[in-house]
Amino acid sequence: MAGAKEIRTKIKSVKSTQKITKAMEKVATSKMRKAQVRMAQARPYAEKIRRVVGHLALANPEYRHPFLVDRPVKRALMIVITSDRGLAGGLNVNMFRAVTRATKEWKDRGAEVQYIAVGSKGVSFFKRFGGTVLAEVSKLGDAPKLDQLVGVIKVALDAYRDGSVDRVFLGSTQFVNTMMQKPVLSQLLPLEPVKSNGLLEAWDYLYEPSAEELLDYVLGRYVEAQVYQAIVENGASEQSARMVAMKGATDNAGKIIGKLQLSYNKARQAAITKELSEIVGGAAAV
Amino acid sequence: MSTFQVEVVSAEGQIFSGEATAVYAAAITGEIGILPRHAPLLTKLKAGAVRVQTAAGEQAIFVGGGIMEVQPKLVTILADSALRAGDADEKAALAAQKSAQEKLSGAKTDLDMAKAQQELVEAAARLKFVQDLSKSAR
Repeated sequence: MAGAKEIRTKIKSVKSTQKITKAMEKVATSKMRKAQVRMAQARPYAEKIRRVVGHLALANPEYRHPFLVDRPVKRALMIVITSDRGLAGGLNVNMFRAVTRATKEWKDRGAEVQYIAVGSKGVSFFKRFGGTVLAEVSKLGDAPKLDQLVGVIKVALDAYRDGSVDRVFLGSTQFVNTMMQKPVLSQLLPLEPVKSNGLLEAWDYLYEPSAEELLDYVLGRYVEAQVYQAIVENGASEQSARMVAMKGATDNAGKIIGKLQLSYNKARQAAITKELSEIVGGAAAV
Repeated sequence: MSTFQVEVVSAEGQIFSGEATAVYAAAITGEIGILPRHAPLLTKLKAGAVRVQTAAGEQAIFVGGGIMEVQPKLVTILADSALRAGDADEKAALAAQKSAQEKLSGAKTDLDMAKAQQELVEAAARLKFVQDLSKSAR
């Protein structure tokens, strides 16, 4: 039976691959649920602080905090959030595509672009891609803590404060729903004022203690909350992208097994027919 | 009586959201009370109790420091950590204080020291919150 044995081994190997992808799909499903809860928990804080900071950008303080001042862009900084592990469909690839496109746009406008990589995939991408990477952090795990991020956030804020970068972007994959994730590059600094919603036109806060200290604190918190929210959301996107990718892989493996089984049966039948005709031929010759 | 919207959120989620007639909080410069149509104010909060007066009664929330933004018809409290009165537990508060004290005595660097001190202040404030609460309940 020529070929039949090879086909059988092939079926076996595809089956074991299918088992792995199926297991990965199940793991991703349960991790996704947890990641979604985490995302939902972080969201109210991020939303509220965004609103407070939006009001702040509308206020007319005597003290202009550097985070509120729009400067001509000579150098832009992108904080790019990616996953630590692969096999998550187009998640990271789509992010890198968005980053590459944005980089080209800024370069055409004569600005330099620097990066901060969050996640192993981003770290290795920028090694190939080139460009200055100011800081990197990876292996955040499934439940990232703010403490792990403080370092890279400080690098970004310091670079912005001392004027070595004039704009900071945050790139992460937004979780739309289980089937869809969207890479987004949003502006982190300077702050863009939100639309006025019927608040007084020329007003300012009373600040306790001083405006300078308070703004520094609030804006620092704001940036931390935004980055944290983006990372948590990226985690949920990663798990659901992986779940979908692994489901696709499991289905494909099933199809391949079906095809292989068919050709195995054919090969087996052909061998039997051949043997039979040989026996009949042999008998006739005698 | 006029009311205003109050939102209390912590990094772990939404703690309180609703209409209130007054809010009292421990600001960095001292205890302050906010009534409707207060001038815009932005202040840091100390670890301590936030009391929200609603039509249904008073609600106490513990915050471990944070930011309060006041607009004429809206108060937003961004707490670093928060605890609803219902979830307050004296034992847990005591344990938190103890572990903070231990950390303080074991701290080696200045950074550890500062962190542990911060934790201790928060734990002490939380314990006081729980004790006040149980006193008023009796």
